Amino acid sequence: MSVAPRTAGHSIRKVSDSLSATTVSLTGADGAAVEAYLARPDGQHTRGGVVVIHHLPGYDRATKEMVRRFAELGYDAICPNLYSREAPGADPADAAAMVRAQGGIPDERLVGDVGAAAAYLRGLSTSNGKVGVVGHCSGGRQAVLAACHLDLDAAVDCYGAFVTGEPPAGFPLKVTNLVDQLPSLRAPLLGLFGVEDKTPSPDHVAELGRRLDELGKPHDLHSYDEAGHAFFAVDRPSYRVAAANDGWERISAFFGANLSADNSQES
Amino acid sequence: MCTYATVSEQVDGSAKGPGGQWFHVTDATVYYDHPVHAMADHTLNIDLADPSRGPGARLAVELTRDSATRLVRAIEVALASAPEGV
Repeated sequence: MSVAPRTAGHSIRKVSDSLSATTVSLTGADGAAVEAYLARPDGQHTRGGVVVIHHLPGYDRATKEMVRRFAELGYDAICPNLYSREAPGADPADAAAMVRAQGGIPDERLVGDVGAAAAYLRGLSTSNGKVGVVGHCSGGRQAVLAACHLDLDAAVDCYGAFVTGEPPAGFPLKVTNLVDQLPSLRAPLLGLFGVEDKTPSPDHVAELGRRLDELGKPHDLHSYDEAGHAFFAVDRPSYRVAAANDGWERISAFFGANLSADNSQES
Repeated sequence: MCTYATVSEQVDGSAKGPGGQWFHVTDATVYYDHPVHAMADHTLNIDLADPSRGPGARLAVELTRDSATRLVRAIEVALASAPEGV
């Protein structure tokens, strides 16, 4: 089931590519202060918002560059530092190592932090009320998770492992698949994957598509040949320019179709 | 592939870490996943840390699978070369 024509991305109102970025503080569902990186287009016109979920390696420079890119595309964009509680102010790699050693981020807390970020975006004077979520790697799974529990208007899963498929027995990190939560998916889903990836594998992606078909959930899953995991990561050997460029176009079109004020929500 | 696979172990010793300072390490975390710095899709990563001193008290290495395997053998040879109790 397709969710949007790719050309729809051009419908977003874009005044200029001037933007500003800063650090803000959110309040998580548990009351904790959560650092977040916010990037906003210049101007007071109304627009949609995007919550960016960082990957397992943390709240790093590459993720913040993506946040700024969403602002350049015309959205108010924010990325909460999911490791704020364990490692406030730490180097992203050190924070990620500490959180990994402690078993990862509980799903319930992730949902709370994404919910706080979405509420922050909707509270901006420029908000049109529409908020999407996007995540890479572990953040891809978490984007789907968030869209199963929060009022979001679009979700993008970039090669998130264990949306479907079973984590190995004795798995040290507290991660489960989301199969039992997919019936609650509230937003159209765009999924971008690499054929050479093993988690998620092509079989995992096929299972996700099959389950969403059965549930009648709007989705568009696309897998790139000659790409594996993390093909969007411009600073890593896994970067695949053709897949990444096409992926950005698909994300732009998808958010353009689902986060504009004048579109009607499908779900 | 994002393996998430993580193995933890208690250790007792010292490492030379941030700022060139030695510090006592209590925890080892070993995982095969994406590196932060090494130019490989996946590496065997080892963190030697003292969590009580905060997230920055960490010595990190990222090794290709082949070099990690050779390191394991080298450690075993070095340990075998000295009798227990030495």
